[in-house]
Amino acid sequence: MRTTVYVPGDAAALALGADAVADAIAATAAARGIELRLVRNGSRGMVWLEPLVEVVTAQGRIAYGPVTVDVVDSLFAANFPSGGEHPLRLGPTESIPWLARQTRLVTRRLGVVDPRSLADYIARGGGEGLRRARAMAPAAIVQAVTDSGLRGRGGAAFPAGIKWRTVLEAAATQKYVVCNADEGDSGTYSDRMLMEGDPFCLLEGMAIAGRAVGADRGYIYVRSEYPHAIAALQAALAAAGDFLGDGFGKFHVEVRKGAGSYVCGEETALLESLEGRRGIVRSKPPLPAVEGLFGRPTLIHNVITLASVPDILAQGAAAYREHGSGRSHGTLPFQLAGNIRHGGLVEVPFGLTLRELIYDFGGGSRSGRPLRAVQVGGPLGAYLPEAQFDTPLDYEAFAAIGAGLGHGGIVAFDDKVDMAKQARYAMKFCAIESCGKCTPCRIGSTRGVEVIDRIRAGDRAQIELLEDLCETMVQGSACAMGSMTPIPVLSALHHFPEDFA
Amino acid sequence: MDIAATLARILDAHRDRPGALLPVLHEVQNAVGFIPPETVPAIATALNLSRAEVHGVISYYHHFRQEPTGRHVVRVCCAEACQAVGGEVLAEHARTRLAGSDVTLEPVYCLGLCACGPAVQVDETQLHAAMTPAKFDALVARLEAER
Ligand SMILES: Cc1cc2nc3c(=O)[nH]c(=O)nc-3n(C[C@H](O)[C@H](O)[C@H](O)COP(=O)(O)O)c2cc1C
Ligand code: SF4
Ligand code: FES
Repeated sequence: MRTTVYVPGDAAALALGADAVADAIAATAAARGIELRLVRNGSRGMVWLEPLVEVVTAQGRIAYGPVTVDVVDSLFAANFPSGGEHPLRLGPTESIPWLARQTRLVTRRLGVVDPRSLADYIARGGGEGLRRARAMAPAAIVQAVTDSGLRGRGGAAFPAGIKWRTVLEAAATQKYVVCNADEGDSGTYSDRMLMEGDPFCLLEGMAIAGRAVGADRGYIYVRSEYPHAIAALQAALAAAGDFLGDGFGKFHVEVRKGAGSYVCGEETALLESLEGRRGIVRSKPPLPAVEGLFGRPTLIHNVITLASVPDILAQGAAAYREHGSGRSHGTLPFQLAGNIRHGGLVEVPFGLTLRELIYDFGGGSRSGRPLRAVQVGGPLGAYLPEAQFDTPLDYEAFAAIGAGLGHGGIVAFDDKVDMAKQARYAMKFCAIESCGKCTPCRIGSTRGVEVIDRIRAGDRAQIELLEDLCETMVQGSACAMGSMTPIPVLSALHHFPEDFA
Repeated sequence: MDIAATLARILDAHRDRPGALLPVLHEVQNAVGFIPPETVPAIATALNLSRAEVHGVISYYHHFRQEPTGRHVVRVCCAEACQAVGGEVLAEHARTRLAGSDVTLEPVYCLGLCACGPAVQVDETQLHAAMTPAKFDALVARLEAER
């Protein structure tokens, strides 16, 4: 029998040389007369070990990593197709402590499944959620999502079930399911990894959502920075056949490419963009659930929210709800990023502390220097000092310290960071990406950059002005771009005042 | 390339698609390398929009270009996670190195490679992680050598 070897095709693995490794493995195998079946899987999420090569043996999948082209010969010399000993051998993949300690629900097949094969997806438990949904009344599906306690994973953490009910109850001949795959937050890549590594899971979640709310059309809006995710989704759609049908009719999904605008991740700006306009934020109400895409009721969710649904239906709402802490039910795939030794995707139930995440999983800084600040939740998220590292990672605990989990991005900085510079960048990013609708966001952010420049030049009297400016942005902005940019700015100022002296 | 013929083919394929403007602009840019101003009237007519609307969309989105680029486009990530591992030094180095080069430099705000930064993207699909100034010079030398 041919041995199966997995070499990730995930973008992070590619950036670390996975294509060349795959080619070298194929060429070396051919030269040695060994027949291999090479599968390009997604990433297991252990980015510091990429390219992580796995081989299927009688003892299960054995991992080697990080593999470079120049070690491929020695891997074969060590008989790696049979799981042979080698300095890069990590043992059975599932037993690697970093992975074994996680609770992988939405990412249960990530890096495991062949993302191009519907048959492999089904063989690994995929499709079960949709199969059950077909036998349920729409209201019962909505009830299951409500009972699971699932909240939106795109940032705002709004209870999913309430949205689903609103769209279900809206009377219209045409409704839509829209997947927000704009993932613009720095430090986040779980949407990307899931789309590249388990695209059928997202499609299944969308089909279930369509059946539940009465929509037969879906759009996935993917940022233009993610060409590999777009290709993976298109390949999956081409291979999906009748899989997405709800038993009554076909569920149509179209992949649309963004165009490099951060605000287009805001749901109404995204809908504008899908309709072919500039990504200017719409006034609410009406909510998209009532009047969304092309004026029709629209269920819009983040990739991870939708991809969580198949598992909730397959395993039951109660099983999902059991995980987590307080009112934060289930798991969140956190993404360790920035100056971190063991960066990657950590799916755990809510409730772990930030310290556990960045030290027990992350292994501290990549540079070896002390960690000084951690930004949680993307460019609109707070910078936390060491004194707040023991905060439990749940929505309420983070809200209590004036921070948020956002989409689960964790960006670590060592003691070389200049926090006034980071505050300046937050304002600058807002100035670059503002949609222009509100003056405090559009003009205020540019003023903010100037004020911080003066503070950095030694004019401490400007600090009060910065606080006032932030207050104006909070009060006068129609969306979180303008109203939350003050969070990274002021958290930097308040927790690291010495950098503004 | 016959831009008019290419444009006609693209417009024919998308004319009846709801919200077709972004897909059309992407295809034009993929085919031509940028969105030539002379294509705007035909796009507007085909999609029943005003020229101002089409132009407004092209100029709103960072991804769309109205001018040709150099032979290659190198995007250097300037967002926080890459800043945390030397992204700014790299970006500054890239500006100096590519001044006057026919390789175009653009900033990008996150490529989803935030656990292995600084990240660089070449011509949209080629990715590079853990970039250093020295590795960057080697990369650019390869790109410039491709005549
Ligand atoms: C400036 C801005 C950018 C946003 N970017 C994203 C994004 O990239 N992805 C996302 O899922 N949600 C993003 N959101 C949140 C969306 O507006 C919306 O809450 C989300 O798509 C709803 O899906 P969920 O309920 O699954 O979280 C953004 C919001 C704002 C204000
Ligand atoms: S806050 Fe900024 S991004 Fe949001 S709607 Fe207003 S101008 Fe647009
Ligand atoms: S911040 Fe640079 S790749 Fe995400």
